[in-house]
Amino acid sequence: MSTTMLRNSTLLRSALRSAVPTTTRVAAFSSSAPIKAQATLPDLPYDYGALEPAISGQIMELHHSKHHQTYVTNYNAARTKMADALQSGDIATAIATQPAINFNGGGNINHTLFWENLAPKSQGGGEPPSGPLAKSIDDHYGSLEKLKEVFNTQLAGIQGSGWCWLVQDNETGALQVKTYANQDPVVGRWHPLLGVDAWEHAYYLQYENKKVEYFKNIWSVINWKTAEKRMK
Amino acid sequence: MAYTLPALPYGYDALEPHFDEETMRIHHTKHHQTYVTNINAALKDNNELSTLDVQDLMTRFNDVPADKKPVVRNHGGGHANHSFFWKNLTPNNTALADGPLKSAIEKAFGSYEAFQQAFEKAATSVFGSGWAWLILKDGALKVVTTANQDSPLMGESVVGASAGYPIIGLDVWEHAYYLKYRNVRPDYIKAYWKVVNWEYAIERYKEGSS
Repeated sequence: MSTTMLRNSTLLRSALRSAVPTTTRVAAFSSSAPIKAQATLPDLPYDYGALEPAISGQIMELHHSKHHQTYVTNYNAARTKMADALQSGDIATAIATQPAINFNGGGNINHTLFWENLAPKSQGGGEPPSGPLAKSIDDHYGSLEKLKEVFNTQLAGIQGSGWCWLVQDNETGALQVKTYANQDPVVGRWHPLLGVDAWEHAYYLQYENKKVEYFKNIWSVINWKTAEKRMK
Repeated sequence: MAYTLPALPYGYDALEPHFDEETMRIHHTKHHQTYVTNINAALKDNNELSTLDVQDLMTRFNDVPADKKPVVRNHGGGHANHSFFWKNLTPNNTALADGPLKSAIEKAFGSYEAFQQAFEKAATSVFGSGWAWLILKDGALKVVTTANQDSPLMGESVVGASAGYPIIGLDVWEHAYYLKYRNVRPDYIKAYWKVVNWEYAIERYKEGSS
């Protein structure tokens, strides 16, 4: 299997920009829903190998074309099942389908956001934030380095599978670092600014059990510009 | 008295080609060792709990002081589960022999094949990290799952309907299969049937029934 795939189409890239995340669009209550109610795997804005040496091309390819694709596929199946159940009044099935929506829909959202908040060095990966986000980080944490310490401590503390996110409070604008289990998405009072996947599949082939090294290295490919754009 | 990493009853390569040597080595010497190190650190000032066999520590989970519960749940659970797991695997796999366990499986699931399907479905369905188990509870066999390093021995207040006495168990954390099977967990689950230790399971069923 080739380890890199070119993503040169500007059409695809603009589709990626505007399509995040497709799962938040309201689903029609019908199994013959219009195409836009279906989730689709977004293209990466860079080659699979572009984030080396922080994240290997082998991992990026598996992570995107297998793991994320599976969330998309399974979300679409769950969405159809849920839509049919709701339409036919089968409440028990609708409720039973909720975990699959949560898990696969969450997986789709999280990974879509993740690819966008990573970038190769040539596209600004690792460049520190500027503007209001930089100021907010200094106000809340004292410095960018202190934020990374807090973030990585929480990452290391995740038991099992999960994510760590820098989030912003929708009411107060305050920043917080929060961990979420499994594929639970950032919802409700906070919205996500940037996230790091701490599932073993995100690093195992390259780092094995040495997750702390992965957490340290990923900062060199974090796309702070995306986080700045997500700030409100 | 501290917990120690139990030796594997076979070589790291003994379960090839089903469970690969590299995974067995990292799984045992890194992951399981970390659970042992961390449970010892957490309980170093608690002689009453740290001298318990780790499986008994699981059944006494409710006696653990509140501030220690998270680390005992994760790292005590990890040590207990993995200690059980290595014995639950064997390089000398055979089919489940006729006897009380086989009869009980056939009674609970209709057939051995139906049990296998139920177990495979459960192991596939774990969202995130966890384990699939065949447990004995109130004289009946059940297929259940637990999240993270929860053990069925921790009891209902921790694992609800997954509480019971483990007969067989399968680790479905990604570290258990990723190097060889990548994202294809179902292939790993199928391979499990080639290494499961039914003789140990028969012993467990006997112990659990008495």
